[in-house]
Amino acid sequence: MGEKKLLRGSHIIAEAAVRAGCRFYFGYPITPQNELTEYMSGALASVPGGVFIQSESELAAINMVIGVSMTGKRVMTSSSSPGISLKQEGISYLAGQELPAVIVNTMRGGPGLGNIAPSQGDYFQATRGGGHGDYRTIVLAPGSGQELADFTRLAFDYADKYRIPVMILGDGMMGQMMEPVEFPDPIDLDSLPHKSWVLDGAKGRESRIIKSLILDTAAMEEHNWKLYRKHEIIEREITHVETFMIEDAYMAIVAYGTASRIAKGAVKKVREMGLKVGLIMPKTLWPFPKKFFLEAGSFITDFLVFEMSTGQMVEDVELALRGRRRVHFYGRPGGVVPTPEEIAKAVTTIYYREQIDRRD
Amino acid sequence: MLIKTIFSGFGGQGVLMIGYVMAVSAMREGMNVTYLPAYGAEVRGGTANCTVSISDEEIASPVASSPDYVVAFNKPSLVKYEGHIKPGGTLLVNSDLVDLEPVRDDIEIFRIPAITMAKELGNEKSMNMIMLGAYSAKIKIISIDSLMNGLVEVVKAKNASRMEINRKGLEIGEQYVLKGA
Repeated sequence: MGEKKLLRGSHIIAEAAVRAGCRFYFGYPITPQNELTEYMSGALASVPGGVFIQSESELAAINMVIGVSMTGKRVMTSSSSPGISLKQEGISYLAGQELPAVIVNTMRGGPGLGNIAPSQGDYFQATRGGGHGDYRTIVLAPGSGQELADFTRLAFDYADKYRIPVMILGDGMMGQMMEPVEFPDPIDLDSLPHKSWVLDGAKGRESRIIKSLILDTAAMEEHNWKLYRKHEIIEREITHVETFMIEDAYMAIVAYGTASRIAKGAVKKVREMGLKVGLIMPKTLWPFPKKFFLEAGSFITDFLVFEMSTGQMVEDVELALRGRRRVHFYGRPGGVVPTPEEIAKAVTTIYYREQIDRRD
Repeated sequence: MLIKTIFSGFGGQGVLMIGYVMAVSAMREGMNVTYLPAYGAEVRGGTANCTVSISDEEIASPVASSPDYVVAFNKPSLVKYEGHIKPGGTLLVNSDLVDLEPVRDDIEIFRIPAITMAKELGNEKSMNMIMLGAYSAKIKIISIDSLMNGLVEVVKAKNASRMEINRKGLEIGEQYVLKGA
């Protein structure tokens, strides 16, 4: 670890990517994440073998990602909500061809062109695959400057390990805010595990084909089951959730990313009033920490899902709890970032209305 | 302890820069900090602003809907933020560019003729340093020395004479407030 630096979120992801061995970046500008592209243009110009292209469109960028990934190199692209929608076809191809890649979505208000303010409206798109076909992408949800750095490293490792696209799901706030960060040391590119499947010239060996076109239905079915089995392994191995003050809690806020740090402020406030409220922060949105919620539901009676949307992750919480506990929702869509005080008020209202600490 | 400050002025006045210097200096003093620049659809001739949060605890939200401090470099900034300041909070105004009188009576107000003072110092551009010095005299948790270290780190400065002017700017800003403006 080096010394502490004060950097904006988009720069943190970019620097962490280079340190994780990313030497190829392709992107098309969009606010509020242009600083990521800008940083990569400088950083990749100053490392040996670095390639940066500001492509002519989002479609071009994601297809360049596919091409580089086939050669086994670590590659990344980034965009914000409308641009990510454009990249979904390519992400589906990455998934179908089992190609590793890291995609950063700095979410902004939508739908459509929306606005450039922080939002969490792309949860469904991110966690349900996003493009066509029967697939998932790993979705990581950092909530601080340090997590942006740590999760970017993880994203490249997961992508390679499982041969799957990994999405880092941030928002305009995470992208623009500066926070102290300590970066891990850069990896040694030669230390990365060998990839046996890459396209690097077939001279002296049998040729390899990477494609997603499988016309034979039996083979296509088997391919889908193969992806499914991989998804099952990922669910078992990397599901990650963090908590704050839930040990004696009757009620828990559930939030990710920017919303989770606001929620933490709210928990501290209501704790001062003596309310037994904690916080659950899923760090992997897919795979969603289902098992954890079943366990937490053994002592927490009420869950308040707080999202900067009209309610998307709330469905995963309900699915995980299978109707055994009450699930409440509080949302601010459209780019509004509520205060910890506002969330504390929402918590207090539900807490007293439901007489949470008087129930058995 | 949680201090939220909005620095606001015209683009080019060095507003974002002093917010950044403040955040870096506080970080080097071991405090938790966030720095949030305003981005996006800003208007030419309007305000450039940033929000700096400093705390000895984890910082929940980097946004300040009711800041403890507002440092207003121009009139639009005063108009935009005076109403948001927390009761009991502090407003520092660059009085050379703001001919409007603040209306709040539940906050502490400092009028600092920062451009006049900067001219007397020999460099009009050090106006932002004077405002930063005045602000640091109020919040008290960051010394001029720390701010200078932060400044050197931020601008990667090598020019000693320019740094001396900056230090003087910080000092006269600090003195102006300490003597009771």
